[in-house]
Amino acid sequence: MSDTVTTPARRRNYLNADYGIKSWLLTQDHKRIAILYLVSITFFFVLGGVMAALIRVELATPLGDMVEPDTYNRLFTAHGVLMVFLFLIPSIPAVLGNFLIPLMIGAKDLAFPKLNLGSWYVYNLGAVLMVVALLRGGTDTGWTFYTPYSSTFADSEVILTALGAFVVGFSSIMTGLNFIVTIHRMRAPGLTWFRLPLFVWAHYGTSLIQILGTPVVAIAILLVAAERLLHIGIFDPALGGDPVLFQHLFWFYSHPAVYIMILPSMGVISELITAFSRKRIFGYKFVAFSSLAIAVLGFLVWGHHLFVSSQSIYAGLIFSVLSMLVAVPSAVKTFNWTATLYQGSISWQTPMIYALGFIGLFVIGGLTGTMLATLGIDMHVHDTYFVVAHFHYIMVGGAIMAYLGGLHFWWPKITGRMYSVFWSRISAGLIFFGFNLTFFPQFLLGYMGMPRRYHAYPEEFQILNVLSSAGATILGVGYLLPLIYFTWSMRYGERASDNPWGAYGLEWETSSPPPTFNFDEPPVVTTEAYDYLAMRDKRVA
Amino acid sequence: MRKNVPLFPEQASTLAGEVDALYLTFLGISVFFGLLVAGLVIFFAIRFRRRSPDEIGRPEKAGILLEIIWSVIPLAILLIMFAWGAKVYVEAFRPPGNAVEYFVTAKQWMWKFQHPQGNREINVLHVPLGQPIRLTMTSEDVIHSFFVPAFRVKADVLPGRYTTVWFEASKVGTFHLFCAEYCGAEHSVMGGDIVVMNPADYELWLAGRDSGPSVVASGEELFRVKACNTCHRPDSATLAPILHGIFGEEAEFQDGSTQIVDENYIRESILNPTAKLVKGYKPLMPTYKGQLTEEEVLQLIGYIKSLASDATESQGTVPASGSPALDSDEG
Repeated sequence: MSDTVTTPARRRNYLNADYGIKSWLLTQDHKRIAILYLVSITFFFVLGGVMAALIRVELATPLGDMVEPDTYNRLFTAHGVLMVFLFLIPSIPAVLGNFLIPLMIGAKDLAFPKLNLGSWYVYNLGAVLMVVALLRGGTDTGWTFYTPYSSTFADSEVILTALGAFVVGFSSIMTGLNFIVTIHRMRAPGLTWFRLPLFVWAHYGTSLIQILGTPVVAIAILLVAAERLLHIGIFDPALGGDPVLFQHLFWFYSHPAVYIMILPSMGVISELITAFSRKRIFGYKFVAFSSLAIAVLGFLVWGHHLFVSSQSIYAGLIFSVLSMLVAVPSAVKTFNWTATLYQGSISWQTPMIYALGFIGLFVIGGLTGTMLATLGIDMHVHDTYFVVAHFHYIMVGGAIMAYLGGLHFWWPKITGRMYSVFWSRISAGLIFFGFNLTFFPQFLLGYMGMPRRYHAYPEEFQILNVLSSAGATILGVGYLLPLIYFTWSMRYGERASDNPWGAYGLEWETSSPPPTFNFDEPPVVTTEAYDYLAMRDKRVA
Repeated sequence: MRKNVPLFPEQASTLAGEVDALYLTFLGISVFFGLLVAGLVIFFAIRFRRRSPDEIGRPEKAGILLEIIWSVIPLAILLIMFAWGAKVYVEAFRPPGNAVEYFVTAKQWMWKFQHPQGNREINVLHVPLGQPIRLTMTSEDVIHSFFVPAFRVKADVLPGRYTTVWFEASKVGTFHLFCAEYCGAEHSVMGGDIVVMNPADYELWLAGRDSGPSVVASGEELFRVKACNTCHRPDSATLAPILHGIFGEEAEFQDGSTQIVDENYIRESILNPTAKLVKGYKPLMPTYKGQLTEEEVLQLIGYIKSLASDATESQGTVPASGSPALDSDEG
C-alpha cells in the first residue's frame, strides 16, 4: 500500500481503493471484512495460545505448583472457549471463505454485504462479553459447561461467558446464511454446481450446519441461564431437572460444530492438493458429496460423547454405529487426495507442505476418532488425554494446518505480496514436528489413564507430560514465525503476480490484490473444475 | 508411586485383557492404514515431483471401482470393530448375577464407599480378588465419574439417580481411582486407591475393624425409625403395597403404565412418592425429600431389595439390572 507512490501505474485494488479507519470499519467489501476477521481471530488465537502455554508449564511437573487449582481450571476453560468459539469456528469460513467465495464463483460480493459486516460486529460484541468475563476472573466450567456444575455450583462468570458464546453464534449463523444464498444465486454464467471449486462445496456443507445447529446450543445456553438466574429446574436434579439433558443439547450442536471446524479445512486441502499437483482432483463428485454426507451424518452422532454418562446401552450401540458411518466420507476424501497426487506435477511449495502434513495428521486424528467411537475402547479412554490428543489432532493438526496452508496459498492474492519461502518452510517444519511432539504423547497418557482437566497428576505420568510441554514450546515458535514474516511481507514482500502458483480457479484470473468489485469483466466459465489441460491450451492460444 | 513406569497400564481386572485386545487390534489396523496413506503420499510426492515450471499433471478418469473399494473396505472393518466394541461394552455394563453390591456416594471432592457388611471407607476401597463386584453409585452434588484405569472401567456418577458399574479384580495390589468428569476446583485430587486383597486377607481386614451394622440392618432400622413400617406391612396391603419380593418385578400404575422395580424407581418412590402411584392406592405417602441422606436412601433400598418373597439373604439373588442408567424414565 505504501509503495503506491513508487509505482504510480499500480492499479486500483480493494486495499488502496480508500484509506482511513472509517473505510475499514464501515466497509461492505467481503475482502476487507475478511481482513477485519483475520485481525480479530489472530488476536484471540494468540490469547488462547498464551493460556495453552501456561497450562503446559503447569503440567511439566506432577504437583500443581505453579497456579492454584481454581486458576488452572479457569485457564483451560478460557483456552477452550477462546480457541473454539473465537478462533476455530470463524477461522477458515470468516477469513478465507469470506475472501474467496465471491472470487471463486465470479461474483462481485456476497449476497448480503451489510449482513456480512454485521456478523463481524456481532462476533466482536460476543468477544467483548467473553473478554469482560475473563477480566472479571474468568469461568471455571470447561468449554463444555456441563450441568449441574455450571448451572448451580460454579462460582465464576458462567453467564457472561455463555452469553458471549450465544452472541458469537449469531455471527456464525449470519455468515452461513450469506454463503448459502451467495452460492445458490450468484454463480457466474457457466459455473454449474459440479464446476464449483471443492472449497465452495465444503463451505456449503459448513453453512448448513451453522444454520441448523447453532440455534440448539443457543437454546441450551438460555436454559442454563434460566436455571442459574431464575432457579427454574431444568438440569439440576435438586430442582427436579435432568443433568444429562444438557449434554444432549450441548453435543447436538457441538459435535456438528467439530465439522464446522474441519469441513472448511477439507475444502482448503482439496484446493491445495489440486493446485500443487496441477491436476483435476480424483473423484470430484465423491469429494463434493462427502462434504454433504459429513454435514448430515454429523447431526446423528452426538450421543458418542455420552457412552459412559448413564445413557442407555441401546442408545450407545446406535450412536456408535452411526459414528462409524461418518468416518467413511472422511476416508473417501483422504483416499481421493492421495490418488490426486498420482501422476500429478507436484510442487513442494509451503502451502503444499501444509497440505501433505494435514493428510498425515488428519489420518491419525480420524483413526483415533473411530477408536473413540468403539464402545469397548471409549469406556476406558473417555475423558482422558486420549480424547484431548484426538481432538487436537483434528482441530490443530487438521483445522489449523489447513488454515495456515490456505493463508500461505492465498496470501499473494489477499495482499499482493509474497512472503519468505525459507522462513515459511522452516515454520511449517517446526509446526509439524512440534505438534506431534506435543500431542502424540497424550495418546499414551490417555490410554495409561490420565484424566483430562487435571491440575496435578501421579508421578508416573511425568515423562510423557514433559515431552508434551517441550513440543508445545517448539509449536509456539512455529506459530510465531508466520506472524512475523507475514507482517513483514505486507511492506517488504516481493510483489505477487496475479497467479503466482499457476493454479486453476477464478480467483487467480483477477489481479492480486483484486479490485473492489473483484473482476473488471464478469467472468464466464466454460471449463470443468481444475481443468489444467484447458487452462494450458487457453494460455497457449 | 507404582514400581514400574510403563507406557501401558496394568491389567488388574477380568475385563482389562478384553479391552486391551480390542484396542491393540484396532491400533494395528490404524497403524497399517496410517502407514499406507503416509507411504503413498510421500512416494507420490517424490516420484511425481514437478520437473519443469510449466509442467501439468496427467489427468485420469475417476475410477468408480476404486471409490467403491475404498468406501466399502473401511466401512466393513469399522462395522466389525463396532460389533466387537459393542460386545465388550455390553459385558462391562451388565453385571453377572453373583456380583456383590457395594454402594458409592461421590461428592465434591471425595468418594464414600459402603461394603455390604456395613464398613464405610473414604477414598480407599478394599475389595477381594476374584469376586465380581457391582457398584451402585450416586452423587450428592455435581456429576463425577468413577474411573479405575487398571480395571478399564468408567461410569459417570450422577446426582439424583443411580448408575452402576462392575468389575472383577484379577490382581492383588493398589490401583488408582480417578474422578474422570470435571467437577470443580479439586477435581484432580478427587481420587484414591482401590486395594485388591486375597479373599482371606479381605476377610481378615473386615474382621479387624468394627464394621457397624450391615447395609440391610441399617436399612431395616431406618425403615422402623422413619415409620415406613406403619403402612408398608408384610401382612397387609390395605394402606400401602407390600414390599416383599417387589424388586425386579413389574409395578403397575394408576394410569395403566408399568415399570420394572429397580433402584431408581424405589429412590423416586421414597423422595417423590406421588410421581408414580401404584394402581389401587391413594397418594397418602409423604415425601422423604430432605429427611434422608444419600447413604440412608441407599440403605433403605438395600433393605427393600433384601425383602425377597422368601425373605432370605438378598445378595447374589438380585437380578442384574440392565443398563448403566438402570433406565429410570421419569416424567
